Amino acid sequence: MDWVNAVLQGVLLGGLYALFAAGLSLIFGVMRLVNIAHGDFIVLAAFLGLVVTTTLGMHPLAALAIVVPFMALLGYVLQRCILNQTLGNDILPPLLVTFGLSVIIQNGLLEIFTANPQKLSAGALETASIPLGGGLNAGVLPILTFAAAVAIIAFLQWIFYRTSLGRAFRAVSDNQDIAQLMGLNKSHIFGLAMALSMAVIAIAGIFLAVRTSFDPSVGPARLIFGFEAVIIGGLGNLWGTLIGGIILGVSQNIGAQINPGWQLLAGHIAFLIVLAVRPRGLFPRVDG
Amino acid sequence: MSAATDHIIVQSSRASRAASIVALLLLAILVAAPWWAGRADLRLFGEIYLYVALACLWNFLAGYAGLVSVGQQAFVGFGGYCLFGMAMFLGIHPMATIPFIFVLGALISVPVAVLIFRLRGAYFAIGTWVIAEVFRLTAAQISALGGGSGTSIPVDIIRSIAASRSGREHAAYWAALAVAILVIACVYLFLRSRQGLALQAIRDNETAAQAMGIDIWRTKFFVYVVTAGLTSAVGALIFLQKLRISPDAAFSVNDWTAFVIFIVVIGGIGTIEGPIVGTIVFFLLRETLADLGSAYLLILGVVAIVVMLRAPSGLWGFVKSRTGLELFPTTRRVVPKHKD
Amino acid sequence: MADPILKIQNLDAYYGDFQALFGVNCEVNKGEIIAIIGANGAGKTTLMRAITGLLKSDPDMVQWHGSPVGALRADQVARLGIAMVPEGRQLFPSLSVEENLKIGGQVGRSGAWSVETVFELFPILKERRNVPSTSLSGGQQQMVAIGRALMSNPDLLLFDEISLGLAPIIIKTIYDALPNIVGDGMTGIIVEQDIAKALSVSDRVYCLQEGRVSLEGSVKSISREDISHAYFGV
Repeated sequence: MDWVNAVLQGVLLGGLYALFAAGLSLIFGVMRLVNIAHGDFIVLAAFLGLVVTTTLGMHPLAALAIVVPFMALLGYVLQRCILNQTLGNDILPPLLVTFGLSVIIQNGLLEIFTANPQKLSAGALETASIPLGGGLNAGVLPILTFAAAVAIIAFLQWIFYRTSLGRAFRAVSDNQDIAQLMGLNKSHIFGLAMALSMAVIAIAGIFLAVRTSFDPSVGPARLIFGFEAVIIGGLGNLWGTLIGGIILGVSQNIGAQINPGWQLLAGHIAFLIVLAVRPRGLFPRVDG
Repeated sequence: MSAATDHIIVQSSRASRAASIVALLLLAILVAAPWWAGRADLRLFGEIYLYVALACLWNFLAGYAGLVSVGQQAFVGFGGYCLFGMAMFLGIHPMATIPFIFVLGALISVPVAVLIFRLRGAYFAIGTWVIAEVFRLTAAQISALGGGSGTSIPVDIIRSIAASRSGREHAAYWAALAVAILVIACVYLFLRSRQGLALQAIRDNETAAQAMGIDIWRTKFFVYVVTAGLTSAVGALIFLQKLRISPDAAFSVNDWTAFVIFIVVIGGIGTIEGPIVGTIVFFLLRETLADLGSAYLLILGVVAIVVMLRAPSGLWGFVKSRTGLELFPTTRRVVPKHKD
Repeated sequence: MADPILKIQNLDAYYGDFQALFGVNCEVNKGEIIAIIGANGAGKTTLMRAITGLLKSDPDMVQWHGSPVGALRADQVARLGIAMVPEGRQLFPSLSVEENLKIGGQVGRSGAWSVETVFELFPILKERRNVPSTSLSGGQQQMVAIGRALMSNPDLLLFDEISLGLAPIIIKTIYDALPNIVGDGMTGIIVEQDIAKALSVSDRVYCLQEGRVSLEGSVKSISREDISHAYFGV
């Protein structure tokens, strides 16, 4: 029963990892940018949530109404002011600039909030669970996180394939020059993609902050989990990131079940096995 | 064909010949440092040399081979742990472990490279980070070396290096100096070789290089493996200086990668001189701003971003574009033959 | 005579250190079709890139209805009513046929052209509206590329090497459709290697040679000898 439980909790944990991965996958798809500071932005959103909930006395989920638009705006401004200047044929500038951002965010948060672990309190929601019979319980919060991940991926999928914004995303991704000829300002489109990615980051940050304690140094590990989910699932496949997240979550929980010290290691090993056996991921996008 | 005989192809220049004389003089002064520098200075110099070595190696990977790694701490930590393990369990003299550690680091990087070379560009970078995490988590599982909390080198092993404390410090100093020079020499000689030419061709235009029959995968693989071996050796010396190791210190992304990246970016990526200039600037900043704590890192991050956006070739690139100065010339130039 | 809608004035264009155009002058009046001819590397595509804003120049070097547009971005130029059918078609592979057309209409200029009217012009596209653009034949792709440019209801439409790589029968179909396309007061610039084809539909011609205008004039008044002299420089 412990094992079944480990798998169940792992699947639900996978929802959180899919949230980490979706934003990463989105901006890579649109502008081939990998944001090394992705995890640190998740932590930044968590701290923003902390500030909003403590100063306004709001419930963490209500705080999303403030944190999501704030992060989206930050993403747009960041893209227009800094990141657009780094895009080009050379992969070095975006990598190093986002790496610099990562260090800046970590140390900025450390200056303001110290290294003490923090947590968002969601009241009864934290402990509420649904009995599934046979001694199994599923927490309401993990279920909510998983549902949010499914909803967000479905929403992103809808934007990508059913709206004019998504059409613009795909066109700019295909051919920037010709997209410009169609009247699309790529700087603006990239800004919108980053804003969307940051909105997802904000949601991921709040769910992370309610689920576990966090401090300024935990960002890079979130980046790595998100990245592993993307690669396991297959590049360019949003639904794949959900499967990738689930595989990662289940591997970690099974590892922890064997030996608590092996939790993270088991996740990384699952990732390395997929990389060795299916380097393009389990569900790579068929075209290109 | 008189044109062919009137001109010769050279790599050296007057500046580089002058630089080599100055460098030899400087080297003599640095070798003699234990007789003129204080204990604290000696320690600082040792640390500077090791950072020069790390920066040179990272620059070799990222600036020349286009392999942008944010996971070189994997090999720094690996080297450190190997030193502790070999000295404590195999009874090998710590200084004698260094060549073995170079070989071990190169060996372990082979399967690593086979795996992560499947990732491209920025995803390669994060892949290297995953590898470093795997190394760190594995080290934390080795209870004989203190598990998650780490361990210190036993006193009798420390004594085996040299009887006196100053003797040990001098040995560590000279070892650091030697490894820094070795690294610079290796990178410099490699870049001047046929292989190095191939590497720079790949950097300039991968498709064209491939068309000219250069095996890109093999060239990059070779660079990655050699760099891993040398980085491990540097890592061993770093922890020989510290005498204490723990997974978090050994595999720290800030200490062994973030600092190193900032050094190379500020100094000038893709040049031999850049990492050296960058390290000097880095330590000057550190000595003056160290009191700021985490704000210091924050400032460093801002400086690195500004340099990357406004002057992507760094400080040395700026000097080079103004003066044409190249102390370690890796490019070949055609010059008219002199009468003398 | 009315002022030209497009005026190119002493246009120099560079790719890095390489200068591709040297002081090019050119005027296009409303409703006419201009042919731009020249050998490979003469600077024809560069001129197109400069007009559309893909290649930046000094503001005054390209003037649209008398105002300087040389320094504008390509998307701003597109909004002013200049569209291009690019060399090699360059459809968006991730987009379906219909989406490729719709994205052309995204600038929001009103006019006669819509997805429906493009389908009337090229009925085959209507049948294939939902397939990925990459699964079309070369000729059909060229129809999509033309339709995509028309969707912005441009005042000036540039055709860059539209017959390149297509079968003669397809080229004929497309050239037969051109009068319908450019008929309604639209102005066109046609860049072609196939001189005879280009001249058959144009009013005036400019010949480029090594980045300079070597000949200009009305198609009727120019002889074959003039053209071959200007084209080959012999």
